[in-house]
Amino acid sequence: MDAQGTSQGPILPPAGVVHGPLGWLRANLFSTPFNSLLTVLCLYLLWITVPPLINWAIIDATVSGTDRTACAGASGACWTFVKMRFGQFIYGLYPIEERWRVNVVFAVGILLVLAALSPRVPGKLWSGGAFVFVFPVLAYVLLGGGLGLPVVETRLWGGLMLTLVVATTATVVSLPLGIILALARSSRMPIVKGTAVVFIEVVRGVPMITVLFMASVMLPLFLPPGMNFDKLMRALIGISLFASAYMAEVIRGGLQAIPRGQIEAAQALGLNYTRTMGLIVLPQALKLVIPGIVNSFISLFKDTTLVAIIGLFDLLGMVQTASTNPEWLGSSVEGYVFAAFVFGCFCLAMSRYSQALERRLETGHRRR
Amino acid sequence: MAVEAKATSSAPRTPVWRDPAIRSLAIQALLLVVVLGAGWWLLDNTRQNLNRQGIASGFGFLDHTAGFAIVMHLIPYSEASSYGMALGVALINTLLVTSLGIFLATVIGFFVGVARLSSNWLVARLAAFYVEALRNVPLLLQIFFWYFAVLRALPPPRESVTLFGAFFLNLRGLYVPAPVAASGFGLVLLAGGVALVAALGLGLWARRRRVATGQDFPAAAVSLGLLIGLPLLVAAATGFPMSWELPALKGFNFQGGLVLIPEFVAMVLAISLYAAAYIAEIVRSGILAVNRGQTEASLALGLSPAQTLRLVVVPQALRVIVPPLTSQYLNILKNSSLAAAIAYPELVSVFAGTVLNQTGQAIEVMAITMAIYLSVSLAISAFMNWYNGRNALRER
Amino acid sequence: MNRITKLALATLTTITLAGAAQASTLDDVKKKGFVQCGVSQGLAGFSSPDDKGNWSGLDVDLCRAVAAAVFGNPQAVKFTSLSAKERFTALQSGEIDVLSRNSTYTIGRDTSLGLDFVAVNYYDGQGFIVHKSLGVKSAKELNGASICTETGTTTELNIADYFRSHKMEYKAIAFSNNDEAVAAYDAGRCDVYTTDQSGLYANRLKMAKPEENIVLPDIISKEPLGPVVRHGDNQWGDIVRWAHFAMVTGEEMGITSANAKDMLKSENPEIRRLLGVDDNLGQGMGLPKEWAFNILSQVGNYAESFERNVGAKSPLGIARGLNALWSQGGLQYAPPAR
Repeated sequence: MDAQGTSQGPILPPAGVVHGPLGWLRANLFSTPFNSLLTVLCLYLLWITVPPLINWAIIDATVSGTDRTACAGASGACWTFVKMRFGQFIYGLYPIEERWRVNVVFAVGILLVLAALSPRVPGKLWSGGAFVFVFPVLAYVLLGGGLGLPVVETRLWGGLMLTLVVATTATVVSLPLGIILALARSSRMPIVKGTAVVFIEVVRGVPMITVLFMASVMLPLFLPPGMNFDKLMRALIGISLFASAYMAEVIRGGLQAIPRGQIEAAQALGLNYTRTMGLIVLPQALKLVIPGIVNSFISLFKDTTLVAIIGLFDLLGMVQTASTNPEWLGSSVEGYVFAAFVFGCFCLAMSRYSQALERRLETGHRRR
Repeated sequence: MAVEAKATSSAPRTPVWRDPAIRSLAIQALLLVVVLGAGWWLLDNTRQNLNRQGIASGFGFLDHTAGFAIVMHLIPYSEASSYGMALGVALINTLLVTSLGIFLATVIGFFVGVARLSSNWLVARLAAFYVEALRNVPLLLQIFFWYFAVLRALPPPRESVTLFGAFFLNLRGLYVPAPVAASGFGLVLLAGGVALVAALGLGLWARRRRVATGQDFPAAAVSLGLLIGLPLLVAAATGFPMSWELPALKGFNFQGGLVLIPEFVAMVLAISLYAAAYIAEIVRSGILAVNRGQTEASLALGLSPAQTLRLVVVPQALRVIVPPLTSQYLNILKNSSLAAAIAYPELVSVFAGTVLNQTGQAIEVMAITMAIYLSVSLAISAFMNWYNGRNALRER
Repeated sequence: MNRITKLALATLTTITLAGAAQASTLDDVKKKGFVQCGVSQGLAGFSSPDDKGNWSGLDVDLCRAVAAAVFGNPQAVKFTSLSAKERFTALQSGEIDVLSRNSTYTIGRDTSLGLDFVAVNYYDGQGFIVHKSLGVKSAKELNGASICTETGTTTELNIADYFRSHKMEYKAIAFSNNDEAVAAYDAGRCDVYTTDQSGLYANRLKMAKPEENIVLPDIISKEPLGPVVRHGDNQWGDIVRWAHFAMVTGEEMGITSANAKDMLKSENPEIRRLLGVDDNLGQGMGLPKEWAFNILSQVGNYAESFERNVGAKSPLGIARGLNALWSQGGLQYAPPAR
């Protein structure tokens, strides 16, 4: 790459290069004495970690049986625990006969997101709009009940489902709030700008636990007596406000990447502020920040584990509760590994997607 | 009203409601009213609620006796100390875990970031695996993992792993000998001070000489030698005026020496390994952002690869690295609050936990807690901005 | 912009006006249709959920008794699980109507938190549990021990007092969640785990090898555990207090969930008064006259609740001890129902 061929004749391979697997080994693993040393060290590290891990997780592991006695003699992992509690890890305490509702919501959500984000499917506006406006209503009715469906109280929600509900709601709510905050922050009106700056910086300066604690147990102290919301609702409000401060910064990054000329051109054409922003700047900026939005969704998805601290049982909370059950004592490692695996798969898939998107969206707008 | 204005004015003027200046004023006034109104409404509700229920308020509780013990305190603290002291202990513990986390995460992150760019295929793959594995698993899960997995693997106190009979590792933590100063130790400290001043002077002199003559002087190595050698020499001359207090098994646990409790170790490990995965990516993209021509040019000028990295690549990469690095540092501070889950006595656990529960003054306690996090955050970002400003490209 | 602001202002005013009409907790609860009850995050025998999310326990029964008294339906309760450090804030803020979470009655909590303890439904004391292999027989041998406990509890303060007064050293490792404290003790992080003695038996069930841990005989404190309400709403406090007393009186008079219906025909004037046959004792509290009948027939009396949750019929197997009726040498004593 760096050696630009400037000679006129045919480009010959450099002398002294051995091709084939041996050559690859020499070039990539043993090019210098130092590199050889590193390679040997790494191989040793792999040797002492990987085989025992595989032994524990696969070869010596137990999957059969329905309770702890099945794993009594085995030295490996007791996946029976995960197998038996799988339903709870995914759906929490959601009634078994109503779980299809959760499945429908998941399926519709995934379809809409795929349609809105994958390049080949047309009608982005429709699928995206449906995801932001119609889907929440559908999810609310299906998950919570009403319209003929039996009501399922939010205290029964849990597991991966709760994790996804919290992360998705917070992202969807924080998007418009984040746009407003970002626009306010780049405004020239001092009071508007000041308010936005103070909100964003204060929220970004404190840990999420404190915000969650305020939202979950202290909120009624600030409200008139008698005003009350559902516990999950309050956690959602807290997390959404928290997320919108971060979202505002992501969007501000996009706004700043739009060349000033665009705004000037729009103004020259006689468009007012709302139209300049709504028709010219925001569409371009939002497209640019989609990877950023996906990234903040990933970190929200991971931060959702904190709701366990305020007594909502997300995937991690469910794993912990299940492993303190006398029936399954001592199974916490398997539970944690399972949770780590689920989180890892979700986050890895999403981050790969956002990286691919980033490369595709590179339209030369970005200022260096 | 607008119609009247139009009728009375002679020239066709912009109507009042479309005048940008007036409109901006109106919007701001409205926002101010809404924000102040909402704030007043919340405050008023809170005041009424507190009065109605007879909840104590004010900050007087900070002087009251705390009455509980804290397992790890770097400043003198006992059950008879005040809540204010407990706050101090908690704050110091938070700062300790944060600063150690920042230091370790930066070092590990830098190495992993460079390793990802290594020409050694295996090293690069392993570094990439490290980054993906740690970045994609929630920190809380990692903290639990380190705490409970590591805890389970350690032996009980009576079967401690020991090194030279002076270092002990067991379920209760890592016990190391504590230095106890004897008379004459002041001289050693003095020697250390002198060495420090000399090293600083040497650094300045070496830089000036390089600027003036272009000759390099190995100031770093000489300074290091000074800093270690001089105090050691003085100590040897005065007959090593200090003793080591060795930890010893007494009753249930080891007594004496210094102890690193497992909660602290698990927290520092989890928080720095997690942040290091992010920092590695920042470092990698920073280095990639430096034009390859820069490396080639400096090699062509005869600089060694190490010098090239230190003097040419890193200073330029830093400009790209520092802003995202700042937000990682802030994340480390904020994530330190998760230590509450594993009983490491930091701010959220001790102050927003035990103290809040005992005094019942949720509003005051939460206000103090948030204010502290906010001000430490601001201090970190102010420092990093200053540092970034020093490094920024001075455009002409 | 203007229209939106106007709308926001209008909403704000409506909310303010709606809030201005202060309702009592009872009215509030009646309007909601259920009692919001704060319980633990899972303490066997007192309040713990099964794997379908149904709560049971001594503390849970008290919540159910309140619901039975107010609505005649013991299921009209919603439970909020709270950690020790959140519980009082949650009650102060109004997040819950009554806190029934093995909370110790102390003067400090009763007078300066803006809360009122209204009854004692379990008399307890703090104890210690240790690994058998340590060979410890008494709490006085615990000098230098590491002790696992839960943040924000009276136990954290009691051990400080106890060890100071006995001139002993200790290290307290305080977890924000009881399960983690037990797990850490079980993993060997501490020599001792401490909480109320009833809790020691309950938590021993969560340990890998329960039989290898022994509860020390020493009780180092008085831990009267009881339900808590917000200060200033005496009517609601009365309801919760008398819900407990009705269960105790029921035991005294031999009224059980099984025979409550037959007891309506009893000739005993005291029973007739309590069950609302002759008199309406609920009137003063804003309750229907069959409030006590509902409690006893739907939840049961104190003995029934005790036995099925913590007593001989439960895995905990705790003896009545201090919690026997006053007439049987215990402390459970209800004022006369008249």
